Amino acid sequence: MRPLFPFHGGIHPAEHKSPSTQHGIAVAPLPARLVVTLRQHSGSPASPVVAVGDQVLKGQLIGAAEGLISSSVHAPSSGRVVAIEKQPAPHVSGLPDLSIVLETDGEERWVERQKMDFCNTDPALLRQHFQDMGVVGLGGAVFPSHVKLNASGLDTLVINAAECEPFISCDDMLMRERAAEVVKGISIAQYIMGAREVLIGIEDNKPQAIAAMQAACEETGFEVVAVPTLYPSGSAKQLIKLLTGKEVTSGGHPTQMGIQCFNVATVYTMHRVINHGEPVISRLVTLTGNMDEPRNYEVLIGTPIGDLLKLARPKADTTGYLMGGPMMGVPLLDLSVPVVKATNCIIATSQALFPPLPRAMPCIRCARCAQACPAELQPQELFWFSKSRNFEKAREYKLFDCIECGCCNYVCPSHIPLVQFYRFAKSEMLAHEKDRKAADLARERHEFREFRQEREKQEKAARHAAKAAEMAAKAAETTAGSGESVAGADDAAAAKKAAIQAAIERAKAKKAAVKPQNVDDLPAEAQAKIDEIDLRRAQASETAGQRVAIQKSDEGQGA
Amino acid sequence: MSMNSPLVAEQATVNVIMLKVLAALLPAIAVYVFFFGPAILVSILLASVAALLTEAAVLHLRRYPLRVYLLDGSALVTAWLLALSIPPLAPWWLVVVGTVFAILVAKHLYGGLGNNLFNPAMVGFAALMISFPSHMTHWPAPDMLAQSHWSFTQQMDFMFGGEFPAGDRLDAITMATPLDTLKTQLHLDREISEIQSGKIFSILSGKGTEIIALFYLLGGLFLWQQRIISWHIPASFLAAMFGTAGLFYLFDPGHYASPMFHLFAGGTMLGAFFIATDYVTSPTTPMGKLIFGAGIGVSAYVIRVLGGYPDGVAFAVLFLNSAVPLIDAYTQPRVFGHAGKWFKGGKE
Repeated sequence: MRPLFPFHGGIHPAEHKSPSTQHGIAVAPLPARLVVTLRQHSGSPASPVVAVGDQVLKGQLIGAAEGLISSSVHAPSSGRVVAIEKQPAPHVSGLPDLSIVLETDGEERWVERQKMDFCNTDPALLRQHFQDMGVVGLGGAVFPSHVKLNASGLDTLVINAAECEPFISCDDMLMRERAAEVVKGISIAQYIMGAREVLIGIEDNKPQAIAAMQAACEETGFEVVAVPTLYPSGSAKQLIKLLTGKEVTSGGHPTQMGIQCFNVATVYTMHRVINHGEPVISRLVTLTGNMDEPRNYEVLIGTPIGDLLKLARPKADTTGYLMGGPMMGVPLLDLSVPVVKATNCIIATSQALFPPLPRAMPCIRCARCAQACPAELQPQELFWFSKSRNFEKAREYKLFDCIECGCCNYVCPSHIPLVQFYRFAKSEMLAHEKDRKAADLARERHEFREFRQEREKQEKAARHAAKAAEMAAKAAETTAGSGESVAGADDAAAAKKAAIQAAIERAKAKKAAVKPQNVDDLPAEAQAKIDEIDLRRAQASETAGQRVAIQKSDEGQGA
Repeated sequence: MSMNSPLVAEQATVNVIMLKVLAALLPAIAVYVFFFGPAILVSILLASVAALLTEAAVLHLRRYPLRVYLLDGSALVTAWLLALSIPPLAPWWLVVVGTVFAILVAKHLYGGLGNNLFNPAMVGFAALMISFPSHMTHWPAPDMLAQSHWSFTQQMDFMFGGEFPAGDRLDAITMATPLDTLKTQLHLDREISEIQSGKIFSILSGKGTEIIALFYLLGGLFLWQQRIISWHIPASFLAAMFGTAGLFYLFDPGHYASPMFHLFAGGTMLGAFFIATDYVTSPTTPMGKLIFGAGIGVSAYVIRVLGGYPDGVAFAVLFLNSAVPLIDAYTQPRVFGHAGKWFKGGKE
């Protein structure tokens, strides 16, 4: 038995995983329309490379990665591009995102798929290939995988198959049914990063997945490690600590310690990319909760969630839907939003499954939250500082090390929505930071302008002085020999005129060149981006502000 | 229904915690009744009613929702702890004044539940100790030692009307506590062994009181087993008191009582498990809890032996309460992924 290194805290909420694992993975039917947002990953959105009216093939590139922290987007099925426009997207902000809308033709005609012999390919080329094929972390953070793969000579590759959130079972089912393919994917990641050791962490509430993976790992040297069922063991830093005993430093990367961590579904897509030539155009989604037929489905990216839900038949008393698990998931307010690469689970909620929480009471400093916090923070202090907007103190007490896992919230006997206070404080602090940077920049510009004006003044004065001296010298010369003076003066006047003309033209040209840089003339896209950021910020601070207001009025201070 | 994650939570609530604290006190109260008669129950009832009425009035003034805050149980815990700290045969107004002061001044003037710096029950106790010192010394003798036995109605007549049964005096039923006896007799230059041969003393500390202390200890262990309290404060409190008393005892057993006596005398066990562990007025960090508990243990012993009061637990608790923000600030544990063992006020 490999020794484990338990992380601090953690909780064990009711699992609710068995309903969705009663049947095998089913393939969701092809919808008539697919809405593929260009922001399938964290970082910059992809930019469209098709036009409205284009016919596309299944797997064809439709959005190209923009910059390093970005990933490409592909057509999940063959059909016609009917729109490239903003569409509702399953984001926390609820804001629409630029998306490519496809009308499927039902023929599922593939682009030409090229398999790769990864063992004889330069890792740098493989990383580029993964960016081009849209490989991103499917555990939920959707960070582009090619960035994380940029490491070599690793000690340990950790495969995150803990799947610690209640209700979710897509990784479990993936391992039960496709363990051999997962293992092939692990080999690819291991090759790219030169990992000496591979540890696959699976919570011990998935015995079938553990058995399947152990069978598939025979003769590979990969080690399947059953870890205790304790949320949030699936958080990368906590899983790394659990398996290796090493703590990823705050703000650092695991690769600094010779470790990297990938979600099990992500390495599966690496296998599909390399050994089948298929880009990431589908994923497994758990449909569960208050449904008649909970189950895991293989779903094309872009499938409208409303269409998908019909497969599992939500019950009549369903109160709402959640994307992700009950600990960290986001509410789905609009069912027309499509499945994205981050969609691991959709839970139908009901009063019975999620009874309303008791009303929030004041914090009594019982410190149960501190006992439960896997980041080893003091949530009761962070709550106090967040509530009183004492952001400097919140930063000192390491608010930004909070992973928003919700353990503190879960154990709080006063049922204070702690995570929401932290989200609010973080967004306020980031906004302050942005404002401060903008102010710093403005001040620097202003100071430089003053410096430049002063310098120009001095230069001008120096020029005048030099000219005056020259004139004086010339005047002395003229009085000495007046015969050549007339012709000399004419020449000087003509030269001066030409110089002035040249200066005017230069100024004109400069003015013309400067114009496109004017902020009034921003490209529509950039302006939209700025607007969107501002709107999201406003909303975040508004909802958080409301929370505080509610809390205050609850305590009677509002009256 | 709020759809903000997390959507699930443990069922524990503030009032469940408070009710468990009250439940943990019940066995000790039963033993109390066995040795000292049922007057303590009337005292507890009086304190409870006074606490709830004061709480309701202040909540109303502060425009808090009444029901949920009255049911949180915190006022009852304050009331019970105060009632258990003062002589059970004290006049009715004494316990009422103490409770009203505790709830009104110590709790609500500091901001109410969760915001008070000082333990409300101990503030109430200190106010009574300073304002009505003689009433606070009228401890009843355990049943087997009392010269006369008052019936329950006679006890009530005394509590509510100040009337003695015909031909009886207060002295007939009260007696100095072991700690009090020890203090006065030591001033008379008598040796510990001689003093402790007195009839009020027993194996651990005093007759009857030692058994009550034992049941406070058992109740405290129940709270620890239920994970309502952590071991840090009681353990460091008791260890520090035992250690300090042990040092003095080794130095001069003729003039200093044994460490075991100190653990089971006075308010030590009630203080260690039920009073010092109050969440609101104690540190939240493990190291802070250890410092806090040890500080109370040492201070309580010092007040007992060198100070003017026979017992020092209440004042030691209040003294250390005032240090809690400082202790917390200087004992912040290391955060995951950061270097160093502790960081001081957030600066590594």
